[in-house]
Amino acid sequence: MSVIPDSSVEPAAPGTGAATTTPASRGSMLLRRGAPLLVLVVALAAMPLFVAPFTANTLSRILIFALFAVSLDLLVGITGLPSLGHAAYFGVGAYTAGLVSIHWTSEAPVPVLLAAVAGAVAAAATGWLAVRSGGVYFLMLTLAIGELTHQLATRLSSVTGGSNGLFGIPSIRVGGEPMILAGFVYWYVLAVALLGFLGLWLVAHSPFGGALRGIRDNEPRMRSLGYSPFRYKFVAFILAGGFAGLAGGLFAGLLRIVNPSDAAFTTSALMLLAVVLGGAGTLWGPVLGAAVVVLVRDTFGPQLDGHGPLLLGIVFVVAVYALPRGFAGLAGLVPRRRRAPAGAA
Amino acid sequence: MSETLLSLSGIGRSFGALKAVDDVTLDVPTGARHALIGPNGAGKSTLFKLITGALPVTAGTVALAGSDITRLSEHQRAQRGISQTLQHSSLFLTQTVLQNVLLAAQRQHRTRHSLVPRRQAAAVDRARALLTDVGLEHRAGTPVATLSHGERRQVEVAVALACEPRLLLLDEPAAGMSPAESSRLVGLLQSLPRSVTLVIVEHDLDVVFALADTVTVLHLGRVLLTGTADEVRTSAAVQEAYLGPGREALFLDGSGPAHLEVS
Repeated sequence: MSVIPDSSVEPAAPGTGAATTTPASRGSMLLRRGAPLLVLVVALAAMPLFVAPFTANTLSRILIFALFAVSLDLLVGITGLPSLGHAAYFGVGAYTAGLVSIHWTSEAPVPVLLAAVAGAVAAAATGWLAVRSGGVYFLMLTLAIGELTHQLATRLSSVTGGSNGLFGIPSIRVGGEPMILAGFVYWYVLAVALLGFLGLWLVAHSPFGGALRGIRDNEPRMRSLGYSPFRYKFVAFILAGGFAGLAGGLFAGLLRIVNPSDAAFTTSALMLLAVVLGGAGTLWGPVLGAAVVVLVRDTFGPQLDGHGPLLLGIVFVVAVYALPRGFAGLAGLVPRRRRAPAGAA
Repeated sequence: MSETLLSLSGIGRSFGALKAVDDVTLDVPTGARHALIGPNGAGKSTLFKLITGALPVTAGTVALAGSDITRLSEHQRAQRGISQTLQHSSLFLTQTVLQNVLLAAQRQHRTRHSLVPRRQAAAVDRARALLTDVGLEHRAGTPVATLSHGERRQVEVAVALACEPRLLLLDEPAAGMSPAESSRLVGLLQSLPRSVTLVIVEHDLDVVFALADTVTVLHLGRVLLTGTADEVRTSAAVQEAYLGPGREALFLDGSGPAHLEVS
């Protein structure tokens, strides 16, 4: 993976760099970066063998919201489009997967794939307008899109079950067998979420992702270099919607009920909180942010007589003061110190 | 000279009652080194923006190589080969020097649309070669935010050249550069092939006269004169525009400082 624009810049010696990196050095770099990741994946995969079903369920929820948060980070952190209505596409994905499972098939991976497609299509239909605006107008438009989706989910009760929610979603099936045990569901969620993370990572580190960062930092300059900011932002919006839809599809499969509130502003705001807490633009930071949000809201919240949101608010205020760049800012301190001598040489 | 590359026909731009550019007609042949000079507020930078499409014209037409580009957006004009350096450095400050140039260089390659990480050996090589040309190869891995003003100007030039332009618009490229950096820039621009047409706005007349074969003087948004360097030097109208009536030949005979700034 040493082919990304960012890493191709790192070798400082003139004449070297990605263009002339040998396969051997690329292999060792891959190993160095890949080994900790492999350990993490194995540890995550082994979780259900050691934890109670309830914990496995919580972990599944964390993974789903982490994927959702990273898809939002593609918009907020990488492209510079702070969306207040990203839950709309999560909701569209969740309802799609639920309806597909009820009326057609719950055979994996059909519901989640269709959920991703539905999220992307919904993002294409609404993003066409939204990404033409900027600043506060973008905030207001995405807020409106989110609320519109929430209202539709509530009002179209014959399709969505209205405010009672869409229930009776059959459990996910693999090879015709329903997955009942929390551990198996967790493995399914983990596999799909990892593919989602990989997809988002590839996009963020592709030449296309580099152009998105350019648009985030200096849109007029990108225009003068011959890039069409609209086209890039639109595609980013569609991709983010698609991955949010994928997360929504997983969510419907896990909880087997979808509520209109899943598409509402509160969900969007929680995910924005996860992105800011974790560190926007880092992709892995929002994963931690999502974990904190889910744990505080769903695990510690009930122990505080339902004051989870209050605790989240406190965590947010503290984090903004203590960690202006999110959790990712903490990790940024270590490599920079390590890199310093090389830079000075 | 060869055929016309850039053709401006009666273009104008008004901001309310103010006509920043007024009825400017100008033909720049392919391969030309054309300078635009004039006192501050003459409309030089606005004229550049009208050519690049950063600002829409309120009158007239802009044509590139015979085709009307007046209605094209800025990025479409850039794709047709118009590249520029801006008066006020406009780079990606958090990114490294090489990344800045690479963003421009990769635009020329199909890989720019790639949604997966791709090896961009050709673009990286081109970006490094350009950094060598402008004398910044040793700064390739440095974030732009830490560069000096003069170095940022050099990066600007490398970025503009990485777009492989047919028409290169340079808005005060030597501003803030040291004499050594400035003469290196002149050397680099002189060495460009004639397939690249240069239009340059510059206050430093040493740079202007070293580079340009044609000079257009703008005053109050209008073309005062287009001619060779000598014709401009000796023009009474130009001297009056810069210095006011009755104050000739203070600067333009070469005896004074080579700056046409009016304070």
